[in-house]
Amino acid sequence: MHDRSWTHLDDLESEAIHILREAAACFERPVLMYSIGKDSTVLLHLALKAFWPAKPPFPLLHIDTKWKFREMISFRDETARKFGLDLRVHTNPEGLRQGISPITHGSRVHTDVMKTQALRQALEAGRYDAAIGGARRDEERSRAKERIFSFRDRSHRWDPKQQRPELWNIPNTRVHEGESMRVFPLSNWTELDVWLYVLQHRLPVVPLYLAQPRPVVERDGLLIMRDDDRLALRPGEHVQERMVRFRTLGCYPLSGAVESRADTIEKVVEEMLRARTSERQGRLIDHDQSGSMEEKKREGYF
Amino acid sequence: MSSMLNEGETLGAFLDRYRSLELLRFLTCGSVDDGKSTLIGRLLHDTDRVYDDHRKALEEDSKIHGTQGGNVDLALLVDGLKAEREQGITIDVAWRYFATLHRSFIIADCPGHEQYTRNMATGASHCQLAITLIDARHGMTRQTRRHAFIAALLGLPQMVAAVNKMDLVGWDEARFRSVEREFLAWCARLGTPEPTVIPISALHGDCIVHPSTHAPWYRGPTILQLLESVPVMRPAADAPLRLPVQQVLRPSPDFRGFAGRIESGSVTVGDRVQVLPSGRETRIARIACAEADGGDRKSVAAPGSVLVTFTDEVDCSRGDVITCVGGSQQPIPCHSIEADLVWMDETPLMAGASFLMRIGTRTVPATVVRIRHVVDVDTLAQHARDSIEWNEVGRVDIVTQQTIVVEPYRQMRALGALILIDRVTHATAAAGMVRSGDPHEPNPRRAHWATQPAPTIEPPADRSATESVARAARWRQRPAAILLFGPPKSGKTRRAFALERHLWQQGHAALVLDGQALRGGLSRDLTFSDEDRSENLRRAAEVTRLLLDQGMVVILSMVAPQTAARELARDLIGADRFLAIDCAQRGTDDAALFRDVESFIRPDQTPGAG
Repeated sequence: MHDRSWTHLDDLESEAIHILREAAACFERPVLMYSIGKDSTVLLHLALKAFWPAKPPFPLLHIDTKWKFREMISFRDETARKFGLDLRVHTNPEGLRQGISPITHGSRVHTDVMKTQALRQALEAGRYDAAIGGARRDEERSRAKERIFSFRDRSHRWDPKQQRPELWNIPNTRVHEGESMRVFPLSNWTELDVWLYVLQHRLPVVPLYLAQPRPVVERDGLLIMRDDDRLALRPGEHVQERMVRFRTLGCYPLSGAVESRADTIEKVVEEMLRARTSERQGRLIDHDQSGSMEEKKREGYF
Repeated sequence: MSSMLNEGETLGAFLDRYRSLELLRFLTCGSVDDGKSTLIGRLLHDTDRVYDDHRKALEEDSKIHGTQGGNVDLALLVDGLKAEREQGITIDVAWRYFATLHRSFIIADCPGHEQYTRNMATGASHCQLAITLIDARHGMTRQTRRHAFIAALLGLPQMVAAVNKMDLVGWDEARFRSVEREFLAWCARLGTPEPTVIPISALHGDCIVHPSTHAPWYRGPTILQLLESVPVMRPAADAPLRLPVQQVLRPSPDFRGFAGRIESGSVTVGDRVQVLPSGRETRIARIACAEADGGDRKSVAAPGSVLVTFTDEVDCSRGDVITCVGGSQQPIPCHSIEADLVWMDETPLMAGASFLMRIGTRTVPATVVRIRHVVDVDTLAQHARDSIEWNEVGRVDIVTQQTIVVEPYRQMRALGALILIDRVTHATAAAGMVRSGDPHEPNPRRAHWATQPAPTIEPPADRSATESVARAARWRQRPAAILLFGPPKSGKTRRAFALERHLWQQGHAALVLDGQALRGGLSRDLTFSDEDRSENLRRAAEVTRLLLDQGMVVILSMVAPQTAARELARDLIGADRFLAIDCAQRGTDDAALFRDVESFIRPDQTPGAG
């Protein structure tokens, strides 16, 4: 009866579309958190598919820390233009005024002010009652207990002991005024699933995911790309041209590159299949302390 | 961590193979120290699915939080939250993902120590297979029985028991076989398909991924062999169509599409369908899909998410269900259902409480009008109660303010599964499984005491009256009904069975009719109103009369609060054969009770008190 054979990816796709439609139907002011990376790319594709021939019934929100790779920003603007989407960008004005930077203030303060606080500001300003994001449960241990529809109190806090049980595919989407829900349609996807989906649907991704010669410095055991000259060199450091790519994208001073020759999606997938380390290994944000992601989530980090 | 590619395999070859790889969703459950986290850690570790940086973090964590004396503690691979790592316990259902060369897996890791019912029900609602951990030293515990009960209640088709810590009982086969027998017997009582029981040592990795060298007597599969070989359940494409509508999309005046996920069956362009609850019929015009995604489809089966349009202007909105027309199995539009509830709220459920009920994509105000019983998960006994407490399972009647479309959960999960949402806190108060829907408005019931005496059936001619004399002689008794009545907890049931045992030992033929037991079947339709209590007693009296005609002594254990109803029962049975004992008034001296009853049923005894 199927048009073609049903695969594990079809299963995940259908589930994600079901979740997106529930979010659109059950909330008054949903918003899609668009972070430009591969997960957001898949999420956006699914949203376009779930509501076609209508446009997704929600705007896109990007929290811009002003430290994203330049290629990410141009990809973001190009994507919004191409699909005619309502893209809203927010930067924490106080953080900007204080000149918060991941280099001088460290990843903890930077993430707290420019991401967590900024997100809360944007969600409150937009009075969004559902924020749809591309987080996956396999990303990190504390995400393993996250719900697909994850309740947040008036202060946007996540309480792992007060989560609603999720049964079958019947979400409990009820919230009071001021409370909200985070919605994660890709909860059950793995990193490999995301790449296989990108490959299958030929989705354009930020070129940073593909290997090419880039200017990097070795710092704290990571390869940091010097995306602009705000990254001042420390004594003994020097910029070298290396063939690198990124497994995850964030603020450039916090994202470690990996040396790679994978310059096509096919080669990236092949590399994935042979990978021995996790995608978060290249992220400074998780190395701060044991359980750091959990702490950030409690405070409202995505 | 090893490669997902086979030796020498190209990406193209992998992608071809990948298309045939299936996804199995299973859950693991067990009590605090049964070794569940170690089992999952061992599965990931021995299939070489642990990333190198995670392994390094694990080695460091093991030194601080580990329970293996600084050696690598695999349980820490999966104990996610900081609070849990420090306390060495797991709080909530955690989801794990891993893949082997043969299959992808999603594990719902369900902790068992507190809120076990909630966690198990949640995990089971997403899975097809449950692995229950049993500590070989302790055998089956209360917790094990409860886990299996919830799995059976939620309708999991496959059950596995992993008898862990076999190393601590010296890989004793007899020990394993006795646990196995116990588990098989319990599952048989629950009516689940035959489970698989596997002896393991999660700590040492026996029978998880690799077979054990310690158990030559065990010829069954390892845990992984089983997980890679059980058939993955898929919704059958030839099952009846059920498409609950999530949303109506109308981007332009000339397009009106209905979005939803096919929960059962399939849709094909041109199919005749109906919209429930209205029952209006139409045909599928399109299964719309963007050009970029391959354009319109001709046919899609469950569990595909689709957007369909109709050939006619038919009213259809969120909460409606698109189904096939005809067929033997049809959903029931109704206002009243009977359902089993897993109660998840700390506030107990009382009859009369109102909620928001979500079933399919419809949310309606609903009231639990009656609690039929609460199940004792240890004995499977059904107790009449006026509340369902946190983590208990009970059966209820629910009345909804708007029409809903339901089907029995066992037949059709999509329209048989529901949740109740607290109207004030918005907490998910219960998970429910529909047993039946009543298309009619509930009727007021009346007790059916007859004003005319019931007709007496003449025994067949070849069954002479001497038989009753013969029976009375053999059993040394005359038939009689002993009614033990009184409020709950007045000791009726205990006394009834003590009395039965005593009479049995004396060579009499006696049996117990328990009011609660009657409510499980014969009186299933009755509530606890005065009227229905009276009717329950009448039914018990009718059954008693039939049994007395066969020479038996019948011990009735009933609440029977109304004097009038007890008198009607006495009249029906016959005053000379009826002895009523008020358990609330009577002392605890069983011996005195036995003496009174024995004297009442003595064949030469003349009729006495009534």
